[in-house]
Amino acid sequence: MLYNEPNPLETRVLTKRFGIPNSEKAEVYVANGGYQAFLKATGMPPEKIIEEVKVSNLRGRGGAGFPTGLKWSFVPRTSPKPKYLICNADESEPGTCKDRLLMEYDPHQLIEGMLIGGLAVDSHKGYIYIRGEYRYLITMMEHAIDDAYAHGWLGKNIQGTGFDFDLYVHTGAGAYECGEETALLDSIEGKRGVPRMKPPFPAVAGAWGCPTLLNNVETYSAVPNIIRDGGAAFAALGTPKNGGTRLVCLSGHVNKPGVYEIPLGYPMLEFIEKFGGGVRGGKKLKAVIPGGSSCPVLTASECDIIMDYDTLAKAGSMLGSGGMVVIDEDTCMVKAALRIMRFYAHESCGWCVPCREGTTWLRKMLQRFHDGMGQASDIPIIGQVSKNMLGRTFCALGDAAAMPTISIVEKFREEFEAHLDGRPCPYEHKPAMALA
Amino acid sequence: MSDIVHLTVDGKAIEAPPGTLLINAVKRAGIEIPAFCYYDGLKLQAACRMCLVEVEKTPKLQVACTLPVAEGMVVHTDTPTVHEARKGMVEFLLTNHPLDCPVCDKGGECELQDMTFRYGFGESRFLEQKQHIDEKQWSAVVYFDRPRCINCYRCIRVCDEGMGLTALGITNRGVLAEIIPNEHDHLNCDECGMCIDICPVGALTSGMYRYKTRPWEMKHVGTICTHCSNGCKTTLGVRNDEIIRGNNRDRSGLNGEFLCIKGRYAFDFTHHAERLQSPLVRRNGKLEAASWSEALAEVAKNWTAIKQRGGRFGVIGSTRTTNEENFFLQKFARQVLGTNNIDHHRSGDVPTLLDALSGRTDALATTADFYERKAVLIVGADLSQEQPFLAWQVRANVRHHNAHIYVATPGPVREDRVAAASVRYQEGGELASLENLREKLRAEPELVVAFGDAIQGDAVRQLVNFGDSLGVPVKYVALLDYSNSRGALDMGLLPHLGPGYHAVDTPGMSLAAMLADESLDALWVVGANPLGRHVLAASKPFVVVQDLFLTDTAEHAAVVFPAASAYEKSGTVTNLCGEVQRLEAAIKVAGTKPDLEIFGLLAREMGANLGIWQASKIFEEIRGSVRGYNIPLPILTTGGAAQTAALNGHVPAPPRAERIQAAHNTLFTSGSLGQFSRTLQVVLEAPGALYQGR
Repeated sequence: MLYNEPNPLETRVLTKRFGIPNSEKAEVYVANGGYQAFLKATGMPPEKIIEEVKVSNLRGRGGAGFPTGLKWSFVPRTSPKPKYLICNADESEPGTCKDRLLMEYDPHQLIEGMLIGGLAVDSHKGYIYIRGEYRYLITMMEHAIDDAYAHGWLGKNIQGTGFDFDLYVHTGAGAYECGEETALLDSIEGKRGVPRMKPPFPAVAGAWGCPTLLNNVETYSAVPNIIRDGGAAFAALGTPKNGGTRLVCLSGHVNKPGVYEIPLGYPMLEFIEKFGGGVRGGKKLKAVIPGGSSCPVLTASECDIIMDYDTLAKAGSMLGSGGMVVIDEDTCMVKAALRIMRFYAHESCGWCVPCREGTTWLRKMLQRFHDGMGQASDIPIIGQVSKNMLGRTFCALGDAAAMPTISIVEKFREEFEAHLDGRPCPYEHKPAMALA
Repeated sequence: MSDIVHLTVDGKAIEAPPGTLLINAVKRAGIEIPAFCYYDGLKLQAACRMCLVEVEKTPKLQVACTLPVAEGMVVHTDTPTVHEARKGMVEFLLTNHPLDCPVCDKGGECELQDMTFRYGFGESRFLEQKQHIDEKQWSAVVYFDRPRCINCYRCIRVCDEGMGLTALGITNRGVLAEIIPNEHDHLNCDECGMCIDICPVGALTSGMYRYKTRPWEMKHVGTICTHCSNGCKTTLGVRNDEIIRGNNRDRSGLNGEFLCIKGRYAFDFTHHAERLQSPLVRRNGKLEAASWSEALAEVAKNWTAIKQRGGRFGVIGSTRTTNEENFFLQKFARQVLGTNNIDHHRSGDVPTLLDALSGRTDALATTADFYERKAVLIVGADLSQEQPFLAWQVRANVRHHNAHIYVATPGPVREDRVAAASVRYQEGGELASLENLREKLRAEPELVVAFGDAIQGDAVRQLVNFGDSLGVPVKYVALLDYSNSRGALDMGLLPHLGPGYHAVDTPGMSLAAMLADESLDALWVVGANPLGRHVLAASKPFVVVQDLFLTDTAEHAAVVFPAASAYEKSGTVTNLCGEVQRLEAAIKVAGTKPDLEIFGLLAREMGANLGIWQASKIFEEIRGSVRGYNIPLPILTTGGAAQTAALNGHVPAPPRAERIQAAHNTLFTSGSLGQFSRTLQVVLEAPGALYQGR
């Protein structure tokens, strides 16, 4: 049973094997064209593999959108230290649910992507860091890895190529912060998951102080396709500097929520209409969170844009992790801000002052405000406190909490004012509020 | 590459060596960048975000505590953006911080208070409920008040890196993140109090000091700790002639900010209820309070009689009295009582070491050498337990300079964890075990050797020979017991050596010989308790004791004089490395007199003239007459430590070699004095066996 009805308009590259039964079996994967890219890569010099990834214009799918080929080239492959390959499967950004599908429906594609990464940076040991809440996926991934070992796609001298690679699953323990790459490294090392100081970056000193290549599930999963069909072909799918396709997790007030693979540069409103089947109940669109809860919110009038990293950055938001949340006209934006801040206050690791104290303060203030005990002076304070966090925290979690809040206060100020003077929330009895 | 980086801060040109952190570099230009979590010598944290500054050509504010200076860097610390960022951080810190400054121990010397005054908002915008968690007691020494905590991690880092213990950690996350002790609800640690002192706010408070006073009501007296022989400076907070607090926050003295539980809290014996405050004279078999003139007359009468009939005197000096007192005491014994029967509880074979190194310069280690030299060899000592400051220096040396530490001990010690190599030996195999380290030690550029009482007599010479055979510069130190163990040796509290290790004409009886002498007529014990461990063989000697408490020895006395402790007198003491430092009297305990004054009064009562009994005058005499003590006075008078010069000449060995047996105090014992310190008695870890070797 698939996650959602596939849409014929999708460009299925990473998801093209979705729905084939027994996907955890290496044989099934091979029978459907799998592991051919790896075999091709074994005949390529590492520089060529990295070059191909650079040409593909693949950018990190975890949220930051850093060019993947460039990241790979930072790893000193001649270092005498062991090099580690880590896959970030700590998918925790609210609104995001694509990595789970990639692991559930095509786990060997991820394994193959990591094998190619291993070839590129001369690494022989990899870890997939899966969030603890994905208990069933941990089991599935372990089955797939066992099957890959059994069929000689992992372990010593893989398929007689002379390349050794061991792959392990590491279970996260329920912290959003551990999706931050350096906190993830601390967690993998068995420490408390708090971010590290950068520099040094993981490419130079990552896991156990060794050079480490760290990418998102979707990023690694794109790699076999790039090697198989060539970087240029992948790049051609998207817009300039924004290569390939992307899994967008569409949720919120739409008729057909789901994960859809579309090329980068697809128009946003058209996506909501043609894939999501429009806003639920024929309501009007109020706002869109384009790439996970940490992105600044776009108002309906700002949504007439194409979806790629650069266009969204220009619009003052981010493509992020691909978690698109559609918000209809019945939604209270104060409540939305509160819901988002509740998450960040709960997930702040407590390391640095502005995030630890700021998120909690904002949560309490928004709660009080929404409960009808707000003062007019609170409205600017919410914005100012958020700005005191923005860009001043140790890691990006503080920014993630500040950005949506600042955008909501600025763009929906009148909704805040509608809560003043002890008035009840104007949206209290609207059906949309049941979700908040 | 240039070895100086040029940068501009607030329009001022600054030079700094490459790698200097911006927060330190600006200090040279008199600019302050505020910070809570940054702490000199500890790992970087970048958590408080107080030190944000503007650096040109960077989009965001930069963290000055982790940013190394770079050529041409242009920094602004005095702009509206920076001011606003600092205001914001202080505001964040105060959201959940209880504003209980009027009852908080830290009030008046709190970094958060100071920063709020200097950088904060005048009023609060925070209207919500504050996060509250009840205060916890982790040990007799350490209390933790979570709401006051700003999570700067200083305590965790000083315990982990400085003390090598990792007794503190953190649990929960976000605003609920909380410092926790290693045993779930209590601490099992050194109880050193470093975490309390390093806390920038009042989150960690000490059970000894809390709610007793306000900081500005105390006067602060810098003196030297009387407990072990490391010679740490401790600054005593005094109110109404009572010592309330000990710390060294101004980082003065050779120990910087370091103090162990003894230096920080074990001053409390000074106001123990059993403290002697009146002379005691034995009447009808019982010790009864007497006036000073009665007691002095009683002693003078008996001593004169014994001297006239040619009786035998024995004098036992102290390892905690000042150099001046020791000098005066041996002069008294030799000139007035006419005896060389003078000794003290010896704990290390310094005379043999000085003889073996005779004529060499730069062969005696200082406490600073343990931090600065490339390699340290520890032979036969549990440094963390017995010499806590040297252990601190060693750990810091490893942390900051990647020094190599070598350990040769009978059992596991904490230094093993930072050691490049450790060897174990059975008693007697000390020197043989060093052979296993020979190759590694030869490869070191220099070496400091610290050895305990396991190495004495001929073994000291063999150790020096071993050091010579390595072909690298080696410095030595013999580990000793108490604050002036070294001074007692230097000042000639020895039966065969006078001050400065000059041989006496006819060696007298050693401590053991005096106690075993059945025909001893008079025994004079100053600040020591030999009868705590030994039996007096003589049946009816006339025993005079000067001490703080009625010790086992004092209970045998005919006359007991109530003496002042090291915290109640002036003078100088010499630590195990030969570093001389000055004591400063912090308080006066009614009814007591410093030992020096008691000696002087006794001399006058005996009709003898030993000169004026004033510490500064006697120290002048010591500087003029005791080998090695001609040290510059300005260093001492400004609170510094001056190392005595090396000897140039032979030091005669005692006529009969006797086993030296050190006390081997743990962190929680201090000879007979320790039992009168409430702190040392109430901590659960005492006497220290709980985590020996952890």
